[in-house]
Amino acid sequence: MTWSEMQPLLSQACWDTLYMVGWSTAIAVAGGLPLGVLLVLTDRGGLLQNLVANKVTGQIVNVARSMPFIILMVALMSFTRWVTGTTIGREAAIVPLAIGAIPFFARLVETAIREVDGGLVEAVQSMGGTTWTVVRKVLVPEALPSLISSTTTTVVALIGYSAMAGTVGAGGLGDIAIRYGYQRFETQLMWITVAVLAVVISVIQFAGDWAARSLHRRGGRSGPAPRLRLLKPAAATGKTG
Amino acid sequence: MITTTGLTKVYRSGGREITALDGVDLHVREGEVFGVIGQSGAGKSSLIRCVNLLERPTAGTVSVDGQDLTALVGRGARAGKELRRARSRIGMVFQHFNLLSTRTVQDNVELPLEILGVSGRERSRKALELLDLVGLGDKAKSYPAQLSGGQKQRVGIARALAGDPKVLLSDEATSALDPETTRSILQLLRDLNRRLGLTVLLITHEMDVVKSVCDSAALMERGRVVESGTVGELLATPGSELAAQLFPVGGEATGSDRTVLDVTFHGDAATQPVISQLSRTYNIDISILGAAIDTVGGLQVGRMRIELPGRYEDNVVPIGFLREQGLQIDTVGAPAQDSALVKDGAK
Repeated sequence: MTWSEMQPLLSQACWDTLYMVGWSTAIAVAGGLPLGVLLVLTDRGGLLQNLVANKVTGQIVNVARSMPFIILMVALMSFTRWVTGTTIGREAAIVPLAIGAIPFFARLVETAIREVDGGLVEAVQSMGGTTWTVVRKVLVPEALPSLISSTTTTVVALIGYSAMAGTVGAGGLGDIAIRYGYQRFETQLMWITVAVLAVVISVIQFAGDWAARSLHRRGGRSGPAPRLRLLKPAAATGKTG
Repeated sequence: MITTTGLTKVYRSGGREITALDGVDLHVREGEVFGVIGQSGAGKSSLIRCVNLLERPTAGTVSVDGQDLTALVGRGARAGKELRRARSRIGMVFQHFNLLSTRTVQDNVELPLEILGVSGRERSRKALELLDLVGLGDKAKSYPAQLSGGQKQRVGIARALAGDPKVLLSDEATSALDPETTRSILQLLRDLNRRLGLTVLLITHEMDVVKSVCDSAALMERGRVVESGTVGELLATPGSELAAQLFPVGGEATGSDRTVLDVTFHGDAATQPVISQLSRTYNIDISILGAAIDTVGGLQVGRMRIELPGRYEDNVVPIGFLREQGLQIDTVGAPAQDSALVKDGAK
Protein backbone atom coordinates (compact mmCIF):
# COMPACT_ATOMS: atom_id res chain seq x y z
CA MET A 1 0.00 0.00 0.00
CA THR A 2 1.27 3.43 -0.81
CA TRP A 3 1.06 6.40 1.48
CA SER A 4 -1.51 8.07 -0.82
CA GLU A 5 -3.73 4.99 -0.32
CA MET A 6 -3.17 4.85 3.39
CA GLN A 7 -3.53 8.52 4.17
CA PRO A 8 -7.32 8.90 3.60
CA LEU A 9 -7.93 5.62 5.46
CA LEU A 10 -5.93 6.81 8.42
CA SER A 11 -7.40 10.28 8.63
CA GLN A 12 -10.94 8.89 8.39
CA ALA A 13 -10.13 6.33 11.11
CA CYS A 14 -8.58 8.95 13.31
CA TRP A 15 -11.61 11.15 12.98
CA ASP A 16 -13.95 8.21 13.69
CA THR A 17 -12.04 7.35 16.85
CA LEU A 18 -12.09 10.92 18.11
CA TYR A 19 -15.79 11.24 17.25
CA MET A 20 -16.73 8.09 19.20
CA VAL A 21 -14.45 8.87 22.13
CA GLY A 22 -15.47 12.53 22.26
CA TRP A 23 -19.19 11.83 22.45
CA SER A 24 -18.91 8.91 24.81
CA THR A 25 -16.65 10.93 27.12
CA ALA A 26 -19.16 13.77 27.15
CA ILE A 27 -21.97 11.36 28.04
CA ALA A 28 -19.81 9.52 30.59
CA VAL A 29 -18.96 12.79 32.34
CA ALA A 30 -22.57 13.96 32.28
CA GLY A 31 -23.74 10.66 33.75
CA GLY A 32 -20.76 9.66 35.89
CA LEU A 33 -20.26 12.96 37.69
CA PRO A 34 -23.68 13.03 39.36
CA LEU A 35 -23.51 9.29 39.97
CA GLY A 36 -20.12 9.58 41.65
CA VAL A 37 -21.29 12.52 43.78
CA LEU A 38 -24.39 10.56 44.80
CA LEU A 39 -22.24 7.57 45.77
CA VAL A 40 -20.41 9.82 48.23
CA LEU A 41 -23.46 11.68 49.53
CA THR A 42 -25.52 8.54 50.17
CA ASP A 43 -22.70 6.72 51.94
CA ARG A 44 -22.51 6.35 55.73
CA GLY A 45 -22.08 9.79 57.27
CA GLY A 46 -22.94 11.49 53.97
CA LEU A 47 -25.26 14.44 53.64
CA LEU A 48 -27.96 12.30 52.00
CA GLN A 49 -27.14 9.09 53.84
CA ASN A 50 -29.14 6.25 52.35
CA LEU A 51 -27.30 2.99 52.76
CA VAL A 52 -29.72 0.89 50.72
CA ALA A 53 -29.51 3.19 47.71
CA ASN A 54 -25.76 3.40 48.17
CA LYS A 55 -25.28 -0.38 48.26
CA VAL A 56 -27.52 -0.98 45.26
CA THR A 57 -25.89 1.74 43.15
CA GLY A 58 -22.44 0.65 44.23
CA GLN A 59 -23.17 -2.93 43.22
CA ILE A 60 -24.52 -1.92 39.80
CA VAL A 61 -21.47 0.24 39.21
CA ASN A 62 -19.13 -2.58 40.22
CA VAL A 63 -20.76 -5.13 37.94
CA ALA A 64 -20.95 -2.75 34.98
CA ARG A 65 -17.36 -1.71 35.47
CA SER A 66 -15.93 -5.20 35.58
CA MET A 67 -17.92 -6.41 32.56
CA PRO A 68 -15.59 -7.08 29.58
CA PHE A 69 -16.40 -4.37 27.08
CA ILE A 70 -16.89 -6.67 24.12
CA ILE A 71 -19.56 -8.56 26.07
CA LEU A 72 -21.21 -5.34 27.22
CA MET A 73 -21.35 -4.21 23.62
CA VAL A 74 -23.08 -7.37 22.45
CA ALA A 75 -25.38 -7.46 25.48
CA LEU A 76 -26.51 -3.90 24.88
CA MET A 77 -27.35 -4.41 21.20
CA SER A 78 -31.09 -4.25 21.58
CA PHE A 79 -30.81 -1.14 23.74
CA THR A 80 -28.46 0.41 21.17
CA ARG A 81 -30.96 -0.31 18.40
CA TRP A 82 -33.70 1.30 20.48
CA VAL A 83 -31.62 4.45 20.99
CA THR A 84 -29.94 4.93 17.61
CA GLY A 85 -32.05 2.77 15.32
CA THR A 86 -29.05 0.65 14.33
CA THR A 87 -26.37 -1.57 15.81
CA ILE A 88 -23.72 -0.80 13.23
CA GLY A 89 -21.53 2.26 12.79
CA ARG A 90 -20.07 5.09 14.81
CA GLU A 91 -23.28 6.24 16.46
CA ALA A 92 -24.14 2.71 17.49
CA ALA A 93 -20.72 2.30 19.10
CA ILE A 94 -21.13 5.44 21.18
CA VAL A 95 -23.97 3.85 23.20
CA PRO A 96 -22.03 0.92 24.71
CA LEU A 97 -18.89 3.05 25.01
CA ALA A 98 -20.73 5.67 27.06
CA ILE A 99 -22.54 3.10 29.16
CA GLY A 100 -19.30 1.26 29.83
CA ALA A 101 -17.54 4.49 30.79
CA ILE A 102 -20.21 5.93 33.12
CA PRO A 103 -19.52 3.55 36.03
CA PHE A 104 -15.79 3.73 35.35
CA PHE A 105 -15.85 7.52 35.58
CA ALA A 106 -18.28 7.47 38.52
CA ARG A 107 -15.82 5.46 40.64
CA LEU A 108 -13.04 7.91 39.79
CA VAL A 109 -15.33 10.84 40.69
CA GLU A 110 -16.20 9.13 43.97
CA THR A 111 -12.52 8.82 44.89
CA ALA A 112 -11.83 12.44 43.93
CA ILE A 113 -14.81 13.80 45.90
CA ARG A 114 -13.91 11.75 48.96
CA GLU A 115 -10.55 13.49 49.07
CA VAL A 116 -12.25 16.85 49.70
CA ASP A 117 -11.80 17.85 53.33
CA GLY A 118 -14.97 17.24 55.33
CA GLY A 119 -14.28 20.43 57.27
CA LEU A 120 -15.12 22.45 54.17
CA VAL A 121 -18.51 20.79 53.97
CA GLU A 122 -19.09 21.60 57.62
CA ALA A 123 -18.06 25.21 57.04
CA VAL A 124 -20.58 25.67 54.26
CA GLN A 125 -23.29 24.02 56.36
CA SER A 126 -22.50 26.38 59.20
CA MET A 127 -23.10 29.27 56.80
CA GLY A 128 -26.56 27.93 56.09
CA GLY A 129 -25.72 26.24 52.78
CA THR A 130 -27.88 23.47 51.34
CA THR A 131 -26.58 20.13 50.15
CA TRP A 132 -26.75 21.47 46.59
CA THR A 133 -24.63 24.46 47.66
CA VAL A 134 -22.11 22.07 49.16
CA VAL A 135 -21.90 20.10 45.90
CA ARG A 136 -21.71 23.18 43.68
CA LYS A 137 -19.43 25.43 45.74
CA VAL A 138 -17.24 22.93 47.56
CA LEU A 139 -17.16 19.33 46.37
CA VAL A 140 -16.88 19.85 42.62
CA PRO A 141 -14.63 22.97 42.58
CA GLU A 142 -12.28 21.60 45.23
CA ALA A 143 -12.00 18.23 43.47
CA LEU A 144 -11.64 19.79 40.02
CA PRO A 145 -7.94 19.00 39.44
CA SER A 146 -8.61 15.35 40.36
CA LEU A 147 -11.75 15.33 38.24
CA ILE A 148 -9.77 16.51 35.23
CA SER A 149 -7.19 13.77 35.76
CA SER A 150 -10.08 11.29 36.02
CA THR A 151 -11.48 12.54 32.73
CA THR A 152 -8.10 12.05 31.07
CA THR A 153 -7.93 8.49 32.38
CA THR A 154 -11.44 7.88 31.08
CA VAL A 155 -10.60 9.23 27.61
CA VAL A 156 -7.55 7.00 27.36
CA ALA A 157 -9.56 3.97 28.50
CA LEU A 158 -12.26 4.82 25.96
CA ILE A 159 -9.70 4.91 23.14
CA GLY A 160 -8.85 1.37 24.16
CA TYR A 161 -12.50 0.31 24.22
CA SER A 162 -13.16 2.02 20.87
CA ALA A 163 -10.73 -0.34 19.17
CA MET A 164 -13.17 -3.11 19.94
CA ALA A 165 -15.99 -1.06 18.52
CA GLY A 166 -14.40 -1.75 15.17
CA THR A 167 -15.92 -5.21 15.39
CA VAL A 168 -19.40 -3.74 14.96
CA GLY A 169 -18.28 -1.79 11.92
CA ALA A 170 -17.77 1.47 13.76
CA GLY A 171 -14.49 2.27 12.08
CA GLY A 172 -11.68 3.94 13.92
CA LEU A 173 -8.02 3.20 14.36
CA GLY A 174 -8.53 -0.17 16.03
CA ASP A 175 -10.66 -1.27 13.11
CA ILE A 176 -7.89 -0.32 10.65
CA ALA A 177 -5.29 -2.21 12.62
CA ILE A 178 -7.42 -5.37 12.66
CA ARG A 179 -8.79 -5.28 9.13
CA TYR A 180 -5.62 -4.21 7.34
CA GLY A 181 -2.84 -5.13 9.69
CA TYR A 182 -4.16 -8.50 10.98
CA GLN A 183 -6.45 -9.76 8.26
CA ARG A 184 -4.58 -8.43 5.18
CA PHE A 185 -1.02 -8.55 6.50
CA GLU A 186 -0.46 -4.86 5.81
CA THR A 187 2.19 -4.70 8.54
CA GLN A 188 3.33 -1.24 7.57
CA LEU A 189 -0.16 0.23 7.93
CA MET A 190 -0.55 -1.51 11.28
CA TRP A 191 2.63 0.06 12.63
CA ILE A 192 1.57 3.48 11.43
CA THR A 193 -1.75 2.97 13.19
CA VAL A 194 0.04 2.05 16.38
CA ALA A 195 2.19 5.18 16.04
CA VAL A 196 -0.85 7.39 15.47
CA LEU A 197 -2.58 5.87 18.51
CA ALA A 198 0.50 6.48 20.62
CA VAL A 199 0.63 10.10 19.52
CA VAL A 200 -3.09 10.67 20.15
CA ILE A 201 -2.89 9.13 23.63
CA SER A 202 0.24 11.10 24.51
CA VAL A 203 -1.30 14.38 23.42
CA ILE A 204 -4.47 13.73 25.44
CA GLN A 205 -2.52 12.66 28.51
CA PHE A 206 -0.25 15.68 28.26
CA ALA A 207 -3.15 18.12 27.83
CA GLY A 208 -5.02 16.58 30.76
CA ASP A 209 -2.00 16.64 33.05
CA TRP A 210 -1.26 20.22 32.10
CA ALA A 211 -4.84 21.33 32.82
CA ALA A 212 -4.92 19.55 36.19
CA ARG A 213 -1.55 20.92 37.18
CA SER A 214 -2.33 24.50 36.24
CA LEU A 215 -5.51 24.31 38.35
CA HIS A 216 -3.50 22.90 41.23
CA ARG A 217 -1.05 25.75 40.95
CA ARG A 218 -3.74 28.41 40.84
CA GLY A 219 -5.74 26.82 43.62
CA GLY A 220 -2.62 26.44 45.62
CA ARG A 221 -3.14 22.93 46.85
CA SER A 222 0.58 23.43 46.48
CA GLY A 223 0.41 23.55 50.27
CA PRO A 224 1.02 19.86 51.00
CA ALA A 225 3.94 19.48 48.61
CA PRO A 226 6.57 21.62 50.40
CA ARG A 227 5.31 20.35 53.75
CA LEU A 228 6.16 16.80 52.66
CA ARG A 229 9.62 17.91 51.69
CA LEU A 230 10.05 19.40 55.15
CA LEU A 231 8.92 16.19 56.78
CA LYS A 232 11.38 13.91 55.03
CA PRO A 233 14.59 14.87 56.85
CA ALA A 234 12.76 14.66 60.15
CA ALA A 235 11.60 11.13 59.34
CA ALA A 236 15.14 10.20 58.36
CA THR A 237 16.62 11.44 61.62
CA GLY A 238 13.85 9.62 63.45
CA LYS A 239 15.06 6.35 61.96
CA THR A 240 18.68 6.85 62.86
CA GLY A 241 17.80 7.99 66.35
CA MET B 1 -27.73 34.61 74.26
CA ILE B 2 -26.98 30.91 74.02
CA THR B 3 -28.81 28.56 76.34
CA THR B 4 -28.68 24.80 76.33
CA THR B 5 -30.80 22.69 78.63
CA GLY B 6 -30.23 19.02 79.22
CA LEU B 7 -28.27 18.74 76.00
CA THR B 8 -27.45 15.10 75.32
CA LYS B 9 -25.71 13.52 72.39
CA VAL B 10 -25.29 9.80 72.03
CA TYR B 11 -23.37 8.26 69.14
CA ARG B 12 -24.20 4.76 68.08
CA SER B 13 -21.54 2.80 66.33
CA GLY B 14 -21.64 -0.92 65.79
CA GLY B 15 -24.17 -1.57 68.55
CA ARG B 16 -22.19 0.40 71.11
CA GLU B 17 -23.40 3.67 72.51
CA ILE B 18 -21.03 6.50 73.26
CA THR B 19 -22.38 9.41 75.27
CA ALA B 20 -20.57 12.53 74.13
CA LEU B 21 -22.82 14.98 75.94
CA ASP B 22 -24.62 14.07 79.11
CA GLY B 23 -27.22 16.66 80.05
CA VAL B 24 -25.29 19.87 79.46
CA ASP B 25 -26.82 23.09 80.78
CA LEU B 26 -24.97 26.13 79.58
CA HIS B 27 -25.85 29.77 79.64
CA VAL B 28 -23.85 32.32 77.67
CA ARG B 29 -24.82 35.93 78.32
CA GLU B 30 -25.06 38.49 75.56
CA GLY B 31 -21.77 40.22 74.78
CA GLU B 32 -19.47 37.94 76.76
CA VAL B 33 -16.63 35.70 75.74
CA PHE B 34 -17.38 32.26 77.13
CA GLY B 35 -14.74 29.56 77.13
CA VAL B 36 -15.41 25.86 77.38
CA ILE B 37 -12.31 23.97 78.37
CA GLY B 38 -11.68 20.28 78.65
CA GLN B 39 -9.42 17.51 77.47
CA SER B 40 -9.93 15.91 74.09
CA GLY B 41 -12.85 13.53 74.25
CA ALA B 42 -14.60 15.59 76.92
CA GLY B 43 -17.37 16.50 74.49
CA LYS B 44 -16.41 20.08 73.67
CA SER B 45 -16.58 19.58 69.92
CA SER B 46 -19.95 17.87 70.12
CA LEU B 47 -21.20 20.71 72.30
CA ILE B 48 -20.22 23.49 69.90
CA ARG B 49 -21.57 21.53 66.94
CA CYS B 50 -24.86 21.04 68.71
CA VAL B 51 -25.19 24.79 69.21
CA ASN B 52 -25.65 25.39 65.48
CA LEU B 53 -27.02 21.92 64.98
CA LEU B 54 -24.26 20.64 62.74
CA GLU B 55 -24.82 17.71 65.09
CA ARG B 56 -28.38 16.84 65.99
CA PRO B 57 -28.69 16.53 69.75
CA THR B 58 -30.21 13.27 70.97
CA ALA B 59 -32.15 15.17 73.65
CA GLY B 60 -32.35 18.62 75.15
CA THR B 61 -32.80 22.05 73.66
CA VAL B 62 -30.58 24.76 72.24
CA SER B 63 -31.71 28.32 71.89
CA VAL B 64 -29.67 31.11 70.36
CA ASP B 65 -30.79 34.72 70.54
CA GLY B 66 -34.19 33.71 71.83
CA GLN B 67 -34.85 31.22 69.05
CA ASP B 68 -35.25 27.55 69.89
CA LEU B 69 -33.13 25.87 67.24
CA THR B 70 -33.93 22.34 68.30
CA ALA B 71 -37.56 23.04 67.41
CA LEU B 72 -36.42 23.59 63.81
CA VAL B 73 -35.10 20.07 63.46
CA GLY B 74 -37.48 18.39 61.15
CA ARG B 75 -37.38 16.64 57.87
CA GLY B 76 -39.67 19.24 56.34
CA ALA B 77 -38.32 21.65 53.75
CA ARG B 78 -39.70 24.61 55.68
CA ALA B 79 -37.96 23.66 58.92
CA GLY B 80 -34.71 23.10 57.01
CA LYS B 81 -34.95 26.56 55.55
CA GLU B 82 -35.53 28.16 58.95
CA LEU B 83 -32.59 26.25 60.40
CA ARG B 84 -30.30 27.34 57.58
CA ARG B 85 -31.38 30.94 58.06
CA ALA B 86 -30.64 30.68 61.80
CA ARG B 87 -27.25 29.13 61.06
CA SER B 88 -26.33 31.99 58.75
CA ARG B 89 -26.68 34.30 61.76
CA ILE B 90 -24.20 32.24 63.77
CA GLY B 91 -20.60 32.63 62.65
CA MET B 92 -18.19 29.75 63.09
CA VAL B 93 -14.42 29.51 62.93
CA PHE B 94 -12.52 26.25 62.80
CA GLN B 95 -9.26 24.81 64.02
CA HIS B 96 -8.11 24.00 60.50
CA PHE B 97 -9.58 27.17 59.01
CA ASN B 98 -11.58 25.27 56.37
CA LEU B 99 -10.96 27.74 53.57
CA LEU B 100 -11.63 26.74 49.97
CA SER B 101 -8.24 26.32 48.33
CA THR B 102 -9.57 27.08 44.85
CA ARG B 103 -10.95 30.49 45.82
CA THR B 104 -9.11 33.70 46.55
CA VAL B 105 -9.25 35.20 50.03
CA GLN B 106 -11.93 37.65 48.92
CA ASP B 107 -14.01 34.92 47.27
CA ASN B 108 -13.78 32.85 50.43
CA VAL B 109 -15.20 35.71 52.46
CA GLU B 110 -17.90 36.22 49.83
CA LEU B 111 -19.05 32.59 50.04
CA PRO B 112 -21.53 33.04 52.92
CA LEU B 113 -22.87 36.13 51.15
CA GLU B 114 -23.40 34.10 47.98
CA ILE B 115 -25.36 31.62 50.04
CA LEU B 116 -27.44 34.48 51.46
CA GLY B 117 -28.10 35.68 47.92
CA VAL B 118 -26.37 39.06 48.24
CA SER B 119 -25.69 40.81 44.91
CA GLY B 120 -22.19 40.81 43.40
CA ARG B 121 -21.18 44.41 44.03
CA GLU B 122 -22.50 44.39 47.61
CA ARG B 123 -20.67 41.12 48.23
CA SER B 124 -17.29 42.45 47.21
CA ARG B 125 -17.83 45.71 49.16
CA LYS B 126 -18.67 43.76 52.30
CA ALA B 127 -15.84 41.28 51.84
CA LEU B 128 -13.22 44.01 51.45
CA GLU B 129 -14.60 45.84 54.48
CA LEU B 130 -14.32 42.67 56.58
CA LEU B 131 -10.81 41.95 55.34
CA ASP B 132 -9.83 45.45 56.42
CA LEU B 133 -11.39 44.78 59.81
CA VAL B 134 -9.22 41.71 60.36
CA GLY B 135 -6.14 43.46 58.97
CA LEU B 136 -5.85 41.63 55.65
CA GLY B 137 -7.02 44.34 53.24
CA ASP B 138 -3.97 43.77 51.03
CA LYS B 139 -4.44 40.00 50.66
CA ALA B 140 -7.83 39.99 48.93
CA LYS B 141 -6.47 38.46 45.72
CA SER B 142 -4.19 35.89 47.35
CA TYR B 143 -5.01 32.22 47.63
CA PRO B 144 -5.17 30.58 51.06
CA ALA B 145 -2.05 28.49 50.31
CA GLN B 146 -0.04 31.71 50.10
CA LEU B 147 -0.99 32.77 53.64
CA SER B 148 0.43 31.92 57.05
CA GLY B 149 -1.68 30.08 59.63
CA GLY B 150 -2.58 33.25 61.49
CA GLN B 151 -3.59 34.98 58.27
CA LYS B 152 -5.74 32.02 57.28
CA GLN B 153 -7.53 32.18 60.60
CA ARG B 154 -8.12 35.90 60.08
CA VAL B 155 -9.75 35.06 56.76
CA GLY B 156 -11.80 32.43 58.60
CA ILE B 157 -12.92 35.06 61.09
CA ALA B 158 -13.76 37.58 58.35
CA ARG B 159 -15.80 34.88 56.63
CA ALA B 160 -17.60 34.03 59.85
CA LEU B 161 -18.58 37.68 60.25
CA ALA B 162 -19.96 38.05 56.73
CA GLY B 163 -23.52 37.30 57.70
CA ASP B 164 -23.48 39.94 60.48
CA PRO B 165 -23.82 37.32 63.21
CA LYS B 166 -24.54 38.14 66.82
CA VAL B 167 -22.86 34.96 67.94
CA LEU B 168 -19.47 33.58 66.98
CA LEU B 169 -18.57 29.96 67.66
CA SER B 170 -14.88 29.20 67.79
CA ASP B 171 -13.87 25.56 67.52
CA GLU B 172 -10.27 25.40 68.78
CA ALA B 173 -9.52 28.38 66.56
CA THR B 174 -6.00 28.83 67.90
CA SER B 175 -4.98 25.24 68.50
CA ALA B 176 -3.11 24.95 65.22
CA LEU B 177 -1.21 28.21 65.74
CA ASP B 178 2.02 29.13 67.48
CA PRO B 179 1.85 31.02 70.81
CA GLU B 180 2.45 34.46 69.35
CA THR B 181 -0.09 34.06 66.57
CA THR B 182 -2.50 32.63 69.14
CA ARG B 183 -2.21 35.85 71.13
CA SER B 184 -2.87 38.03 68.11
CA ILE B 185 -5.91 35.99 67.07
CA LEU B 186 -7.30 36.08 70.62
CA GLN B 187 -6.72 39.82 70.68
CA LEU B 188 -8.70 40.09 67.45
CA LEU B 189 -11.55 38.05 68.92
CA ARG B 190 -11.55 40.25 72.02
CA ASP B 191 -11.59 43.39 69.83
CA LEU B 192 -14.49 42.12 67.78
CA ASN B 193 -16.32 41.16 70.95
CA ARG B 194 -15.99 44.74 72.23
CA ARG B 195 -16.47 46.66 68.99
CA LEU B 196 -19.32 44.65 67.52
CA GLY B 197 -20.87 43.47 70.76
CA LEU B 198 -20.32 39.94 69.49
CA THR B 199 -21.07 37.07 71.84
CA VAL B 200 -18.28 34.50 71.54
CA LEU B 201 -18.47 30.86 72.56
CA LEU B 202 -15.10 29.24 72.24
CA ILE B 203 -13.87 25.78 73.01
CA THR B 204 -10.27 25.05 73.71
CA HIS B 205 -7.95 22.73 75.55
CA GLU B 206 -5.54 25.55 76.41
CA MET B 207 -5.99 27.22 79.78
CA ASP B 208 -4.11 30.29 78.53
CA VAL B 209 -6.84 30.97 75.99
CA VAL B 210 -9.47 31.07 78.71
CA LYS B 211 -7.23 33.18 80.90
CA SER B 212 -6.49 35.80 78.28
CA VAL B 213 -9.89 36.41 76.69
CA CYS B 214 -12.74 34.80 78.56
CA ASP B 215 -15.22 36.55 80.83
CA SER B 216 -16.72 33.23 81.83
CA ALA B 217 -15.63 29.65 81.57
CA ALA B 218 -16.92 26.13 81.94
CA LEU B 219 -14.96 22.97 82.56
CA MET B 220 -16.09 19.82 80.78
CA GLU B 221 -15.32 16.27 81.79
CA ARG B 222 -16.77 13.14 80.24
CA GLY B 223 -19.64 14.95 78.56
CA ARG B 224 -20.68 16.97 81.60
CA VAL B 225 -20.13 20.55 82.62
CA VAL B 226 -18.36 20.18 85.95
CA GLU B 227 -17.95 23.86 86.78
CA SER B 228 -19.06 27.06 85.18
CA GLY B 229 -19.28 30.74 85.95
CA THR B 230 -17.49 34.04 85.48
CA VAL B 231 -13.78 34.00 86.20
CA GLY B 232 -14.48 35.88 89.47
CA GLU B 233 -17.18 33.43 90.53
CA LEU B 234 -14.92 30.48 89.85
CA LEU B 235 -12.15 31.99 91.92
CA ALA B 236 -14.61 32.60 94.76
CA THR B 237 -15.58 28.95 94.74
CA PRO B 238 -13.46 27.06 97.28
CA GLY B 239 -11.86 24.03 95.74
CA SER B 240 -12.69 25.07 92.19
CA GLU B 241 -10.60 22.94 89.90
CA LEU B 242 -10.89 25.45 87.10
CA ALA B 243 -9.69 28.33 89.31
CA ALA B 244 -6.77 26.20 90.44
CA GLN B 245 -5.86 25.51 86.84
CA LEU B 246 -6.37 29.10 85.75
CA PHE B 247 -4.24 30.44 88.58
CA PRO B 248 -1.87 27.68 89.62
CA VAL B 249 0.27 28.37 92.66
CA GLY B 250 2.95 26.13 94.06
CA GLY B 251 5.45 26.19 96.87
CA GLU B 252 6.10 24.23 100.05
CA ALA B 253 6.54 25.45 103.62
CA THR B 254 10.17 26.25 104.35
CA GLY B 255 10.03 24.93 107.93
CA SER B 256 7.81 23.03 110.36
CA ASP B 257 6.55 26.02 112.37
CA ARG B 258 5.30 27.96 109.40
CA THR B 259 1.78 28.67 108.20
CA VAL B 260 1.13 28.50 104.46
CA LEU B 261 -1.92 30.31 103.14
CA ASP B 262 -3.53 30.55 99.71
CA VAL B 263 -4.93 34.03 99.24
CA THR B 264 -7.50 34.45 96.49
CA PHE B 265 -8.01 37.90 95.06
CA HIS B 266 -11.18 38.83 93.29
CA GLY B 267 -13.44 41.82 93.25
CA ASP B 268 -12.76 45.09 95.07
CA ALA B 269 -10.48 43.69 97.77
CA ALA B 270 -7.89 43.05 95.12
CA THR B 271 -7.28 46.76 94.67
CA GLN B 272 -5.92 47.12 98.25
CA PRO B 273 -2.22 46.43 98.89
CA VAL B 274 -3.20 43.93 101.61
CA ILE B 275 0.04 42.04 101.91
CA SER B 276 2.10 45.09 102.82
CA GLN B 277 -0.70 46.31 105.11
CA LEU B 278 -0.63 42.97 106.90
CA SER B 279 3.12 43.12 107.26
CA ARG B 280 3.08 46.66 108.68
CA THR B 281 0.07 46.22 110.97
CA TYR B 282 1.29 43.06 112.70
CA ASN B 283 4.99 43.57 112.13
CA ILE B 284 5.50 40.10 110.63
CA ASP B 285 7.68 38.93 107.77
CA ILE B 286 5.79 37.44 104.90
CA SER B 287 7.34 35.26 102.20
CA ILE B 288 5.61 34.86 98.89
CA LEU B 289 5.95 31.24 97.75
CA GLY B 290 4.09 31.54 94.51
CA ALA B 291 1.60 33.76 92.77
CA ALA B 292 -0.62 33.84 89.71
CA ILE B 293 -2.16 37.25 89.33
CA ASP B 294 -3.72 38.84 86.28
CA THR B 295 -5.43 42.12 85.71
CA VAL B 296 -8.80 41.43 84.19
CA GLY B 297 -10.95 44.42 83.38
CA GLY B 298 -8.90 46.71 85.68
CA LEU B 299 -9.26 44.37 88.67
CA GLN B 300 -6.58 42.16 90.03
CA VAL B 301 -7.63 38.57 89.90
CA GLY B 302 -5.69 35.59 90.97
CA ARG B 303 -4.14 33.68 93.79
CA MET B 304 -1.04 33.98 95.91
CA ARG B 305 0.60 31.48 98.24
CA ILE B 306 2.23 33.16 101.22
CA GLU B 307 4.06 31.92 104.27
CA LEU B 308 3.78 33.39 107.77
CA PRO B 309 6.16 32.60 110.63
CA GLY B 310 4.63 30.52 113.42
CA ARG B 311 1.99 27.83 113.58
CA TYR B 312 -1.63 28.25 112.56
CA GLU B 313 -2.66 28.95 116.18
CA ASP B 314 -0.17 31.84 116.29
CA ASN B 315 -1.59 33.41 113.15
CA VAL B 316 -5.30 33.47 113.86
CA VAL B 317 -5.30 37.25 114.16
CA PRO B 318 -3.46 38.06 110.90
CA ILE B 319 -5.65 35.53 109.06
CA GLY B 320 -8.69 37.23 110.54
CA PHE B 321 -7.35 40.54 109.24
CA LEU B 322 -7.02 39.15 105.72
CA ARG B 323 -10.56 37.77 105.85
CA GLU B 324 -11.82 41.17 106.95
CA GLN B 325 -10.34 42.61 103.78
CA GLY B 326 -12.71 40.38 101.86
CA LEU B 327 -10.08 37.91 100.72
CA GLN B 328 -10.60 34.23 100.57
CA ILE B 329 -8.03 32.37 102.64
CA ASP B 330 -7.29 28.68 102.50
CA THR B 331 -4.63 27.13 104.68
CA VAL B 332 -2.36 24.70 102.92
CA GLY B 333 -1.16 21.48 104.50
CA ALA B 334 -3.04 22.13 107.75
CA PRO B 335 -4.39 19.20 109.76
CA ALA B 336 -7.84 18.04 108.80
CA GLN B 337 -9.76 19.52 111.74
CA ASP B 338 -8.00 22.83 111.14
CA SER B 339 -9.08 23.08 107.54
CA ALA B 340 -12.59 22.18 108.64
CA LEU B 341 -12.41 25.05 111.13
CA VAL B 342 -11.11 27.34 108.40
CA LYS B 343 -14.02 26.51 106.16
CA ASP B 344 -16.45 27.14 108.98
CA GLY B 345 -14.71 30.43 109.58
CA ALA B 346 -15.07 31.37 105.95
CA LYS B 347 -18.79 30.88 106.15
